[in-house]
Amino acid sequence: MANILVYALHYDGAINKNSLGAVSEGAKLAAELGGEAHAILLGENVPEDLAASLGKYGAKKVLVAEGPEGLAQPLVDAMARAIADGGYSYALFGGGLLGFEIGAGLAARLGAGVAMEVTAVRAEGGELIAERPILGDSAISEIKYRSNVGIIISRLNAFEIKETGGGDAPVERLDFELSQHALQATMVTRGEQRGADVDIEGASILIAGGRGLGKAEGFQLCEELAGAFGGNSAVAATRAVVDAGWYPYAAQIGQTGKTVAPKLYLAAGISGAIQHKVGMQGSENIVAINKDANAPIFEFSDLGVVGDLNKILPKLTEAVKAKKAS
Amino acid sequence: MKICVLVKEVPDAAVEKRIDSSTGRMDRSGEKNLNPYDTHAIEAAMQIREGGVVPVEEIVAVTMGPDSAVRALHKAVSLGADRSVHLSDQVVAGSDVAATGYALAKTLQRESPDLVLLGQQSDDGECYTIGAVVAEYLGMPSLTQVIKMDIDSDSLRCERQAEYGYDTVQIKMPAVISVGDAINEPRYPSLKAIMGAKKKPLDTVTAADVSIDASKVGGENSGAQWVAAKAPPAKAAGEIIEDEDTGETVEKIVAWLDERKLI
Ligand SMILES: Cc1cc2nc3c(=O)[nH]c(=O)nc-3n(C[C@H](O)[C@H](O)[C@H](O)COP(=O)(O)OP(=O)(O)OC[C@H]3O[C@@H](n4cnc5c(N)ncnc54)[C@H](O)[C@@H]3O)c2cc1C
Ligand SMILES: Cc1cc2nc3c(=O)[nH]c(=O)nc-3n(C[C@H](O)[C@H](O)[C@H](O)COP(=O)(O)OP(=O)(O)OC[C@H]3O[C@@H](n4cnc5c(N)ncnc54)[C@H](O)[C@@H]3O)c2cc1C
Repeated sequence: MANILVYALHYDGAINKNSLGAVSEGAKLAAELGGEAHAILLGENVPEDLAASLGKYGAKKVLVAEGPEGLAQPLVDAMARAIADGGYSYALFGGGLLGFEIGAGLAARLGAGVAMEVTAVRAEGGELIAERPILGDSAISEIKYRSNVGIIISRLNAFEIKETGGGDAPVERLDFELSQHALQATMVTRGEQRGADVDIEGASILIAGGRGLGKAEGFQLCEELAGAFGGNSAVAATRAVVDAGWYPYAAQIGQTGKTVAPKLYLAAGISGAIQHKVGMQGSENIVAINKDANAPIFEFSDLGVVGDLNKILPKLTEAVKAKKAS
Repeated sequence: MKICVLVKEVPDAAVEKRIDSSTGRMDRSGEKNLNPYDTHAIEAAMQIREGGVVPVEEIVAVTMGPDSAVRALHKAVSLGADRSVHLSDQVVAGSDVAATGYALAKTLQRESPDLVLLGQQSDDGECYTIGAVVAEYLGMPSLTQVIKMDIDSDSLRCERQAEYGYDTVQIKMPAVISVGDAINEPRYPSLKAIMGAKKKPLDTVTAADVSIDASKVGGENSGAQWVAAKAPPAKAAGEIIEDEDTGETVEKIVAWLDERKLI
C-alpha cells in the first residue's frame, strides 16, 4: 500500500507549523497515490488530543511513540519500526532541522534514497517525484526513488497548511525499542532563548543586519535606521550574528528562526544564504546593501545597493528622517 | 583518543557551479578547494588537542573523491591533521547521500575513531545530512550544527541552535558531530605547514580495501535518482545601484522607497 508516514514535530503543546504543512501535503499526495497519510509524534506523554488534532489536516491515523524529545535518533528507531510493520512507501518531513537529521538517519537505516530542501512533490505513474532547488537556487533537480521507501525532507515553508474538514484522527501507541546509540545522547536543556524577547513577526518594516556589520555594536546602525522609519519597525538578524551573540535569537529570520513577510525588508551586510532567504522571501519589498556585487542576496532583491554599509546606513538614516519631517 | 575529520573537495567559491548535462553530475573541471566549512571541523579537533582535557593521539583527515581530492587532504594536513586517508574508487562515483555516508562509514571503521567531526554543509551538494548518515552506519550518537563543544573524559557537552532556540545535549563518545561555522575561527596554515603537508602519511584505499559492498554504492545503486533538471521560474531582475557618490545613492534609495510609500 502506498501510504505516507509524516513526522510531526511538537514542542510546548503545539505542533510545528512546518509539520502541519507536511501533514497537509502528505494527505494530498497519499490520496493521489491511492493510500493514506499517517503522522507520527514522539515524546514524553504526548497529549492524545494534540495527536488526534492532526486528523484536521488529513492524517488518517496518528502514531504516538514514547521517548526522549528533541533528538533525532529515537525517531529513527520509531519510524523504522513503523515502516517495518508495513504499508509505507514514503516518509515526509517538514522544513526545520530535526527532520534533516531524522530523515538522513532513516535513509541509512533503510538503505533508502533521500531528497532534501524539497520545494514541491508530485505524484506521477503511482510514484512521487521530488523537486529540489540546487546550486544556490539556480536550477531545480527532480528526484525519483529506486528504493522501497523514499524519503522527502522539505524546505522551510514549502507546503501550505490546509485543513481538510476532517475531524480527529484515531491515535495508536507505537511500541518500539531505542537502539543502543540513541541512548548515548541526552537533552540537557532545550529551546533556550538567548537575548531579549523582541517581536519581529508583527513589524511592517524590518531592518535586518548580518555579519557584514562587523561587530555587535554595528547593530546600532540598524537600530537607528529602524528608529528613523519609526512606527511599526524592528531590527532582525541572521543566524551568523545570533550565534556570535551580537543580537537576540528572537530576532533571527530563517530556517531555525522566524518567518516574516513585512512590507519592507532591508538587509545590511547579509549574504542571502538559502537558510535565511526561506524565512523572508515572502516580504513585499526587498532592499539589500552589500559590498560584494556577487552576493546571492542580489538575486532576490528588488533594489540592490552595492556599497559599504558603514557609509550608506548613517546617511540613509538622516535622509529618511528628513523625508519624514518634510 | 583518535579524531577523524571528514573533509571534501569542492569547486572553488569563485567558480560558477554547474551540472554537466551529459552525466547529470557536478561539473568538477574548474578550480577546486577544501570545503570551507570543513576547516571549522579541523580547527575544532585542534582545539580539543590543545585544550589538553583529553589527550589526542591522532587527528586523521578522511575523504572520498577523485584523484584531485588529495589536495583537500594536503590542505587539511597543513591545518593540523597528522595524516590522511583517501577513499578513491570508480565504484563510489555518483553516490547519493546514503551511499556516500555508507562508504565513508566503512572507511572510518578501519580507523576506529573516538570522535568523527564534519563540516555543517558542503559548498556544492549542500545536503547537510552526511553526519547523520555516517553516525547511523557506525551505530554512534550524533548531532549536527554544533557551535560549542566541551569535552570531558568520555563525553561531549554540545550546544546548537534548533527550531525553538538553543539546545544543550550531552553525548557519550564515540560520536559523530557536525560543527557549525560559528564554533571557531579557523587558523591560517603556516608556510612551513603548507610545505610539509605533502610529506605527511597519506593512505589511498579502494572500496575493497575497506570492505565496501560494491552493490550499495555508485550512481546506479543509489536510492535517490536525479531524473531531470530545469530552470527555476523566471523572476524580474531587481534594480541595482552601485554606490559611487553616497549622497546620490541615498537619494535614489529614498526615492525608490517613497515611490512605494514605504517611508
Ligand atoms: C541547518 C542550517 C540552518 C540555518 N538556519 C539559519 C537561519 O535560521 N537564519 C539564518 O540567517 N541563517 C541560517 N543558517 C546559516 C546560513 O547558512 C548563513 O551562514 C547565514 O545566514 C549567513 O549570515 P550572514 O549573511 O550574516 O553572514 P555572511 O554569509 O558572512 O555574509 C556577510 C555579508 O556581509 C557583506 N559585507 C561585509 N562587510 C560589508 C560592508 N562593510 N558593507 C556591506 N556589506 C558587507 C559580505 O559581502 C557578505 O555578503 C543556517 C544554516 C544551516 C546549515
Ligand atoms: C547539486 C547537488 C544536489 C544533490 N542532491 C542530492 C539529493 O537530493 N539526495 C542525495 O542523496 N544526494 C544528493 N547529492 C549527492 C550528494 O551531494 C553527495 O552524495 C555528496 O557526496 C554528499 O553530500 P554533501 O556533500 O552535500 O554533504 P553535506 O551533508 O552537505 O556535507 C557535510 C559534511 O560531510 C562531509 N563530507 C561530505 N562529502 C564528503 C566526502 N565525499 N568525503 C569526506 N567528507 C565528506 C564534509 O565534512 C562536509 O562538510 C547532490 C549533489 C549535488 C552536487
